[in-house]
Amino acid sequence: MTQRMAGGVLTPPAARSEVLTKTAKPRVRRRGKAWVAWLFVAPAITAYALFVLLPMGRTVQYSFYEWDGIGASPWVGFDNYVKVFTDPELSGTIVNAFELIVFFSGVPVLLGLAIAATIRRIATSRLAAVARTVLFIPQVIPLVAAGIAWSWLLSGNGLVNQVLSAVGLGGVTRAWLGDFGTALPAVGVIGAWVLLGLCTLLLLAGMSKIDPALYEAARIDGAGPLREFFSITVPSLRQEIGVCVTVTVIAALASFDIVYIATQGGPGNTTMVPGLEIYYQAFVERQVGVASALAVVLVVLVLVCVLPIQRLTKEES
Amino acid sequence: MIVGRREAWLGRVFLVLLMVMTVLPLVSLFVTALHPSGTYPTGLEWPSEPRWDNFATAFQAAHMGELLQSSTLIVLGVVPLSLLLATMAGFAIGQLRMKGHRWVFLMFVLGLTLPYEGVITPLYYQIRDLGLLNSRWAIILPLIALFMPFGVFWMRAHFVTMPGDISEAAQIDGANSWQQFWRIHVPLAMPAISSLAILQFLWTWNQFLLAIVLVGDPRKRTMAGALGAFQGQWGTDIPLLCAGSLLVLAPVLVLFLIFQRRFTSALLQGSLKG
Repeated sequence: MTQRMAGGVLTPPAARSEVLTKTAKPRVRRRGKAWVAWLFVAPAITAYALFVLLPMGRTVQYSFYEWDGIGASPWVGFDNYVKVFTDPELSGTIVNAFELIVFFSGVPVLLGLAIAATIRRIATSRLAAVARTVLFIPQVIPLVAAGIAWSWLLSGNGLVNQVLSAVGLGGVTRAWLGDFGTALPAVGVIGAWVLLGLCTLLLLAGMSKIDPALYEAARIDGAGPLREFFSITVPSLRQEIGVCVTVTVIAALASFDIVYIATQGGPGNTTMVPGLEIYYQAFVERQVGVASALAVVLVVLVLVCVLPIQRLTKEES
Repeated sequence: MIVGRREAWLGRVFLVLLMVMTVLPLVSLFVTALHPSGTYPTGLEWPSEPRWDNFATAFQAAHMGELLQSSTLIVLGVVPLSLLLATMAGFAIGQLRMKGHRWVFLMFVLGLTLPYEGVITPLYYQIRDLGLLNSRWAIILPLIALFMPFGVFWMRAHFVTMPGDISEAAQIDGANSWQQFWRIHVPLAMPAISSLAILQFLWTWNQFLLAIVLVGDPRKRTMAGALGAFQGQWGTDIPLLCAGSLLVLAPVLVLFLIFQRRFTSALLQGSLKG
């Protein structure tokens, strides 16, 4: 291999004559490396191209055709996209996804901030070490299992209703995932449960990096916990908050597993999300074109939502 | 510092509440799983006669033995190869930095936010044309590729921080690029690689979408994918379904509890970088 690397050096004979001995050496390395370096990335690029870039290109391609997966496929231009945005069944899934962001992102980030700020002082205790493990459990188990567990908790005679009845709220009990009005928020609660621990721990890790002198100074100036929280904690956690929002927004927009298990999109279409709709359109309704158009919209939507968050958090740091 | 003490107590109360909230769904699963099969228990209620045999029944009904084997095979197919490819690419982009490495990197980074639903439809037809539908390869091959953006991103982040002198010293000793990579850089990168291995193991084991779309036979799926089928089949028998769910999440949970340090740090770093 080294031999071939040396061969590469011979190509530019018009090397600048200045201090030949000094410039020639690094050039040997550079030239040889460029060639070998491409060999090192080639397998990854090949895999990525074959099973990510190629299918992504085909998704875009399919989105301009009407195709049932078997027969002929006439070109329909932007018809599938028009359908995605005008058919309430399809556009409704996008609205639902945005509603889920409130639960998947809003609740874990805000609650996580409040909790992390409260437990900041005991972050090094034994209890906190145990908590670190426990709070990660929802991240480790399959979402499908979380979906099943929560379907049961939220069902007609599940624990949630049992608790509500016990505190005298028997009037509001219902099958939360089967009710038109509460199904989507109920799915949101499941997502919030999955993501709250991760956000709390991420924010707590960020808080441990804040200089304690800042807090002491604030205390001496007579700042209360609330003031402390808004003028020191939140601004210092810009990056961590950005990470939490990014991760949770993607989880909300691209949600599939939880909804598939907990509601299958029902009742009616109240909990239908783009991911699940793509699945139904492509593999149940056999509307590959529509499914692909929705898929393209979803991919773009995720990018459009995530890129500004990245910008916002990176600029400051 | 009376204020401090009161805050500490408040913190403890919050933390315990949060932990209870986190564990409650699992406790509910467990208690329900002990009720007689086919009954509808109410909420959290310890059964008069706990039916431990439900777990054995669910183990058989869900073909747990085969499933464990299938999931393990899929993990073994995905993780080592995916790690190798990502490490090699990360090495080239972060250490060798050939001309155009920025573009290659950008191309991978663009895939970081890609939802799997975006490519699932063409993947189905692609895998079908390759004649691989219903085989474990249908999950293994796409997953390796889908893991590339994060894997390359992660490994590049490691290799960028490694000083170049290491390679130079080895080069003077006559090591070629592969030897430098394999004998020097890979051993040094082991912490980064093992964290990535943990994350990829979790993502593979818990993979659901690819499993239900590309593999019809639940026994050739991942654990998570098979649970979906199990729910379809036994969804009306709540105690059995709960027992099955617990069995499915038990392996990862046990592994997590054994290697909790590594897992938590991998997950924290993983989301920070991603």
